[in-house]
Amino acid sequence: MWNYTDKVLDHFHNPRNYGEIENADAVGEVGSMACGDALRLTLKIDKQTEKIIDAKFQTFGCGSAIASSSAMTEMIKGMNLDEANKITNSEISKYLGGLPPEKMHCSVMGKEALEAAIANYKGIKIEKDEEEGRLVCRCFGVTEDKIQKLALENNLRNVEDITNYTKAGGGCGACLQDIQDILDAVWHNKKQKESEAAKTAIGTEAPKHEAPKKLTMVQKVKMIEETLEKVIRPSLNQDGGDIELIDIDGNKIVVKLLGMCSHCPSSSFTIKSFVETKLKEFVSPDIEVVEENEQ
Amino acid sequence: MINKAIYVDNNATTLVAPEAYKEMIPYLTDYYANPSSIHTFGGQLASRIDEARQKVADLLGALPTEIVFTSCGTESDNAAILGILSSNHLKRHVITTKVEHPAILNLCQHLEKTGHDVTYLSVDRSGALNLDELQKAIRPDTAIVSVMYANNETGVIFPIEKIGKIVKSRGAMFHVDAVQAVGKIPIDLSNSSIDLLSLSGHKLHAPKGIGVLYIRRGTMIRPFMIGGHQERGRRAGTENVASICALGKAAELAKQNIADENVKVRQMRDRLEKGLLESIPYTFVNGDTISRLPNTTNISFEYIEGESILLLLDQHGICASSGSACTSGSLQPSHVLRSMGVPFTAAHGSVRFSLSRYNTDAEIDKILEVMPAIIKKLRAISPYTPKK
Repeated sequence: MWNYTDKVLDHFHNPRNYGEIENADAVGEVGSMACGDALRLTLKIDKQTEKIIDAKFQTFGCGSAIASSSAMTEMIKGMNLDEANKITNSEISKYLGGLPPEKMHCSVMGKEALEAAIANYKGIKIEKDEEEGRLVCRCFGVTEDKIQKLALENNLRNVEDITNYTKAGGGCGACLQDIQDILDAVWHNKKQKESEAAKTAIGTEAPKHEAPKKLTMVQKVKMIEETLEKVIRPSLNQDGGDIELIDIDGNKIVVKLLGMCSHCPSSSFTIKSFVETKLKEFVSPDIEVVEENEQ
Repeated sequence: MINKAIYVDNNATTLVAPEAYKEMIPYLTDYYANPSSIHTFGGQLASRIDEARQKVADLLGALPTEIVFTSCGTESDNAAILGILSSNHLKRHVITTKVEHPAILNLCQHLEKTGHDVTYLSVDRSGALNLDELQKAIRPDTAIVSVMYANNETGVIFPIEKIGKIVKSRGAMFHVDAVQAVGKIPIDLSNSSIDLLSLSGHKLHAPKGIGVLYIRRGTMIRPFMIGGHQERGRRAGTENVASICALGKAAELAKQNIADENVKVRQMRDRLEKGLLESIPYTFVNGDTISRLPNTTNISFEYIEGESILLLLDQHGICASSGSACTSGSLQPSHVLRSMGVPFTAAHGSVRFSLSRYNTDAEIDKILEVMPAIIKKLRAISPYTPKK
């Protein structure tokens, strides 16, 4: 038995806004019977203000699919289209007090139906950009674009998460390696971009190519803090860790790893190969980093 | 709520018969010794186990020495197939069907990764096998053919003796996963071509955690569980005395009740099935309705999804199960229904009701009373429901 919240059960047993709006201003349809869930959303929209006056859904699916549809229609009623378009799948899930991980795809379906309806209203021939991307999961018709998008939006790090959110990989399993490769590429690219952005932000583009500047202590402390903040910390945070600056003694920097990093067996590797490398790159090549307890 | 539950999910597990429960108690309290011990305290338990063994043998028409106690149906299935394969390394081919329980299917998929060949026989729309396909599939290196007696989802019964004759005439071993059949339909192994047969205690009103592998006398098989000399060297591990004795009692009860149940339980099942089909449109039965367990019906309600149906049934304390993807944690609907070619939509909307001798006519009335409104409610929400 799934562990549904009271709110999910309430929206399942007493679904709000089900049915169909006649002469609807917008219609969004996603899913299929083959996939096991499908949602048809109809909207009544005020042409002047672009406000959603009424929303109704029809859903084929499990308890959480019906609850997600019901919740989504409650959320968007009274919003204008721009506001509604900003709703994310995780907000739908949050509205319901959370969904079991395996059921997150139900909230994704709600979000997608909303997108489709808004696109329909704006007369955008539903781009089906997802359908046009490379097909990864044949069982459930999931494309590379959709996997990349949801991974970034929901901070999905492993294949199981992708299956929970998109169903991809949940059928024959032939695409599991493919999904892993896509995730690797997504997060590798993101890290690279962040690192480049941070370099620009600090304004020390590739300092290693310049002759080492003689820094005052104040400058040095400032740069170390900035590098920790903009380059190192975000990366550690992604793995559930953090770092604290304890002391600066000339070129020797004492730090403490926190969170997941603190008891990670490869923490000394993190210090040397990541923290020290980055500080050498951004601050000064003479820097040496040690962990607090190593002293 | 628990006590008022209308439990029609007996192919998943069953109530422990009060008589079987009572049988267990002494071995969980006073008689805790190890049956392998030399002292009288332990030794007396060995004869209790033998009495239970005799009762299980009587239910199956087997010899007591052919009964090996295991921990569950899955272990029995693993022990049968792996035990036969390891007793003859020259035979590397296994035949089974596409509609087996995961205990067999996932084991066979694992075997394929470890250098074995597996042939999966298909079924038709009614869930029946094509015996010509079996004939053609058997090869000189076929070690074992494993076919279920009755399907857990649809209740469809395979023609086991016909299959057995084909298998034995071609020199392969014949294993039958009879977990769903034992206790529900009469089985007589004294005049049968079955070499190995698995059963599970908790499907016939014994507790969970006890199973049996029947091994025909003279069968060349290596033990799966390796260790001590228990079960005459065929299954190591200290005997689960309490559960073995409970299973003995459950087997005795099953033998007493089997003819009666085939009338009473079948009548309730038929009334439930007929009533649902008559009162609810766009509804049909999955699988052959003639060659079928007396307690099972698998019904598809079109245009809606099974988990939603189960959640609404649950509100009334009615416990059933579904072939829908969403109820299993897997994302695909039932492999059994898909192998039969049941359309996706109908597979997602399938509900299995499986009865037992503990169900009552009043319970069937209650299901018949609430079901039309449940289906109507969900169809009102579904985008696929045909407009009137």
